[in-house]
Amino acid sequence: MKKVLMPLAIVLLLCLIPYVAVRYAGQSYLFGVIVPYAAAALFVSGVLFRLFDWLRRPVPFRITTTAGQEKTLDWIPYSRLDSPATPMQAWVRVLLEVFLFRSLFRNNKAELREGPGFTFASSKWLWLGGLAFHWSLLVIGLRHARFFFVELPGFIVPVEVADRFLDLTLPAFYLTDAVVLAAATFLFVRRLRDAKLRIISLPTDYFPLFLIGAIAVAGVLMRYVTKADIMTIKALTMGFSEMSFEPPGDIAPVFYVHLFLVSVLAVYFPFSKLMHMGAIFLSPTRNLCNNSRQKRHVNPWNRAVKFRTYAEYEDDYREKMKKAGLPVEKE
Amino acid sequence: MSKYVPRKELLAKDILDRPSPLKGDHADKEWWEMPVEFREGNWCFPAKPDVLQEVGFPNPRKWAATDEDWQLPEGWEKTIREGLRSWLKRSRSLKLYLDSCVRCGACADKCHFFLGTGDPRNMPVVRAELLRSVYRNDFPLAEKILKGFSGSRKLTRELIKEWHMFFYQCTECRRCSVFCPLGIDTAEITMVARELLNTIGVNNNWILAPVANCNRTGNHLGIEPHTFVQNIESLVDDIEELTGVQVNPTFNRKGAEILFITPSGDVFGDPGVYTMMGYLLLFHHIGLDYTISTYASEGGNFGMFTSNEMMKKLNAKMYHEAERLKVKWLLGGECGHMWRVVHQYMSTMNGPADFLEKPVSPITGTKFTNAAATKMVHIAEFTADLIHNGKLKLDPSRNDHLRTTFHDSCNVARGMGMFEEPRYVLNKVCNVFHEMPENTIREQTFCCGSGSGINAEEFMEMRMRGGLPRANAVGQVRKAHQVDSLVTICAIDRASLPTLMRYWNPGVSVYGLHELVGNALVMKGEKKRTVDLRENPMAGFGEEGDDE
Repeated sequence: MKKVLMPLAIVLLLCLIPYVAVRYAGQSYLFGVIVPYAAAALFVSGVLFRLFDWLRRPVPFRITTTAGQEKTLDWIPYSRLDSPATPMQAWVRVLLEVFLFRSLFRNNKAELREGPGFTFASSKWLWLGGLAFHWSLLVIGLRHARFFFVELPGFIVPVEVADRFLDLTLPAFYLTDAVVLAAATFLFVRRLRDAKLRIISLPTDYFPLFLIGAIAVAGVLMRYVTKADIMTIKALTMGFSEMSFEPPGDIAPVFYVHLFLVSVLAVYFPFSKLMHMGAIFLSPTRNLCNNSRQKRHVNPWNRAVKFRTYAEYEDDYREKMKKAGLPVEKE
Repeated sequence: MSKYVPRKELLAKDILDRPSPLKGDHADKEWWEMPVEFREGNWCFPAKPDVLQEVGFPNPRKWAATDEDWQLPEGWEKTIREGLRSWLKRSRSLKLYLDSCVRCGACADKCHFFLGTGDPRNMPVVRAELLRSVYRNDFPLAEKILKGFSGSRKLTRELIKEWHMFFYQCTECRRCSVFCPLGIDTAEITMVARELLNTIGVNNNWILAPVANCNRTGNHLGIEPHTFVQNIESLVDDIEELTGVQVNPTFNRKGAEILFITPSGDVFGDPGVYTMMGYLLLFHHIGLDYTISTYASEGGNFGMFTSNEMMKKLNAKMYHEAERLKVKWLLGGECGHMWRVVHQYMSTMNGPADFLEKPVSPITGTKFTNAAATKMVHIAEFTADLIHNGKLKLDPSRNDHLRTTFHDSCNVARGMGMFEEPRYVLNKVCNVFHEMPENTIREQTFCCGSGSGINAEEFMEMRMRGGLPRANAVGQVRKAHQVDSLVTICAIDRASLPTLMRYWNPGVSVYGLHELVGNALVMKGEKKRTVDLRENPMAGFGEEGDDE
C-alpha cells in the first residue's frame, strides 16, 4: 500500500502548502504570481525539450505494427487504417488513436478456464473510462480559456454551452466536472482492485491521478461551494495573459490550492509519463505507413557489416560443389 | 515425450492451480521482489564456446543458467550501460517506449507466456519495466531524483538473471503492441535487451549455433552445398514416385529469372520438406525460370535474435547472391521472422537493390508494385496471383481428407500485414476450412510459443506453456468442426507446432500452405494420384472399393 499512500500523502501536503502560506503567512504574491509563471516557463521549456529530445533521435527501421491487410494485389482490399499504405493514412491512424483510442477499443479480457483453456471477453471499460477522463480534461482546459480572454473564443462557446446544458445549479453545473472526478475515481479503483493493475502500478501512476483529482476537487469547491470571487480571480488571470506582475487582489485560499496544484502538474508533466501526450504522435509503430517493401526506408546510421561473401564460401566448398555438379566461379 | 516437460495432466493442473494475477493472485506482491528460479525446462542451454568464437561474440565459457556465478566479464555493468546508451541514441522507438508507458494494463493479459505461466513479469508492461527500471536509475531524467518513487533499480547480477529469464520468455510476436494505446512494441525492447545480454556472454545456443552455421554454410542447419543439393534431389525423386512427374530444380544457375529462397527447414525438416515438394511442383507446373542457391540457402535469420549487425550480416547474402547470379528478382518461401526481416529491414539494411528489376510475374504479367524497392515477393502473394488469373489447374477435392484451420504466424501478421493471400490460396486448394475464434487469429493471433529462437528441446515446459493459448484455440475448432489439419506459412511453426499439437491436441497435424497446393495441383503427365505428398491416402481417390 506504500506505493498508494506515499503519493496520496504528497498530494495532501501539496494542498496544505499554499493554503497555510497564503492564509497564515500572506504569501499570495509568491503563490499567485511567481510560482505560476515559473511553472508555465518550466512546462513550456520542458515539453519542448522532451519533444526535441525524441525527434533528434533517428527512426532506423520502418516497424509499423500491422493490424490489418497490407496493400498488395489490386483485387485484395486492404486496411487503410490498420495497415496504412500512405503517410496520410498513417496520420489518420494516429489521430484516431489520439481522439478515439482505437487500440484500447480492441481490448479484451483473458480468462482462465478449466481444461485449461482461455476465453476472451469483450472489455471496453478501460476504453470508456480513459476516453471520459481525457475528453473531460480537454473540455475543462478549453473552457478555462474564459479566464484568459475578455470574450470566450468562438469555437469554445458551443463546448462550454454543451458542458453546462443540464443547468442544475447556480452557477451552472458543468458535466465534465462530474465526469472527470468519476473517471479519475474509476481509474484509481481499477488500479487497486484488479490484481494485474495493482502489480504493475508504480507511485508515479497514482501521483498524477491524485494530483488531477485534487485539482478538480479544489476547482469544484471554489465554483459551487465556497464561491470564490470570480472577478478578482479573472483580474489576476487576465494579468497572466498580458504578462503582468501585478499582485493579486483578495482571493480565497482554496484558489491558491487549485493554482498551486496546477503549477505542480505543469512542472511534473514534462518529466513524467504524462508526456505520453506527445509520445502518441511520434510512436513509429503507429505513425509510419506499411510500405517498407515498396519504398526504401533510410537508416542514417546504417553500419557497414562484413559478411561472408560467395567467393569465400566457394573457396571453402569448391571441391564438394564440383563433385555435386554445382557451377563454380573459379576452377 | 520429453524429459523437459511434465506429463500433460500435471502441467494442466499446475497451470490451473498456480497463483496467477489472472485469477486475482499476487495482488500484494511486488514483481521486483519475486525470485528468479531456473530449473529444468525453463531455460535454454547457453552457446558453446566454439560457437561463440566462430561468430566472434564475447565471453566464451562453459556455464549454465542454474549456476550461482554466471562468470560475467570484467566491467560488464559498463558494457550494458554503454550498449543501452548507444541504442537510445540510435533509436527513437526505444527511447519513446521506455519513456512513455502509462501502465494502463491493456497489454497485461495479451502475452501467451503470461497466460501460460501466470508470472507477473510476463505481462508485457512488466517485461519492459525490467529494462525501464534500470534505465530510470542510470540515465539523467527528472525521475532519477525521485528514486524509489519512480520504480528504478540498480543493475545487479541478479537482475541480469531476471533479464535472461524473461527476455527469452518473449517471442517478439508483437501481440501486445496491437493493443497498446501508445503503440509500444515489446519486441523493440526485447531485441535490444537480448543484444545487450549477448555483449556480456549471456546467450542461447539454440540461436547462436544456427547463426554460426548460417554464416559458414549458408543455412541454419549447417547443410553443406553437396548435401543441400542431395536433399532436394531426394525430394525430386519422391515427387516422381508419387506423381510420375519429374521436376527439375536448378542450383546456383546464373541468368535464371528468379532466385527462390526459403528457410532451410523446408529442405531438411519434417514436415517442412512436404512444403518444399509443393513449391517444386508449383514451379514445374507453371514452367518458372528459377534457381535455388546453396550459398543463400536460408530464408530465416536467427541473427535477428542476437544483434542488429548479425541480422544484417546474415541477410546480406540474399542480395549478394542475387547480384552474382544476375537474376531479375527474389521469391521468398513461407516463413515468419524471415518476412519480418525481408519486409521491414532488408531494403533499409542491405539495399538499395538497384541491380534487380521490379518484380513482375512471368506467368500473369502482374506487377508486384508493393515489392518495388525490396524486389522480393512472398510466395503466397505469387500463388494467389496465379490462382486469381486462372493459371493453375487445381483439384481441391484432393485435400478432402484434411479438415483445415489456418494459423497466422506472428511476424507475417503483425510485422507485414499478410492475412488474405494465404486464406485465398487455402480456400482454393481445399474444401474444408474453419477459422479459429476471432480473438486468436489475424492481428490477434497467438504465437506458437517457440518463435524467436527458443524452440529448444530443453525449453519444452515453457514452450508448452507459451503455446497453450494457440493450442487451446485449435482445440476449440477441433471440437466444433473436427478440424485435424493446422495450416501455417512459417517454418518455425512447422518445426514447433507438431510438438505442441501432440502435447495438447493429439491428432492434429501441421501443414505448410504450399504442401496443400502441391496436393491439389493437377500436373501435366501425372499418374493417378491416390495419396498426398505424405503418402497418406486421399479421400475418394483410392483403389476401387476403398473410396471411403
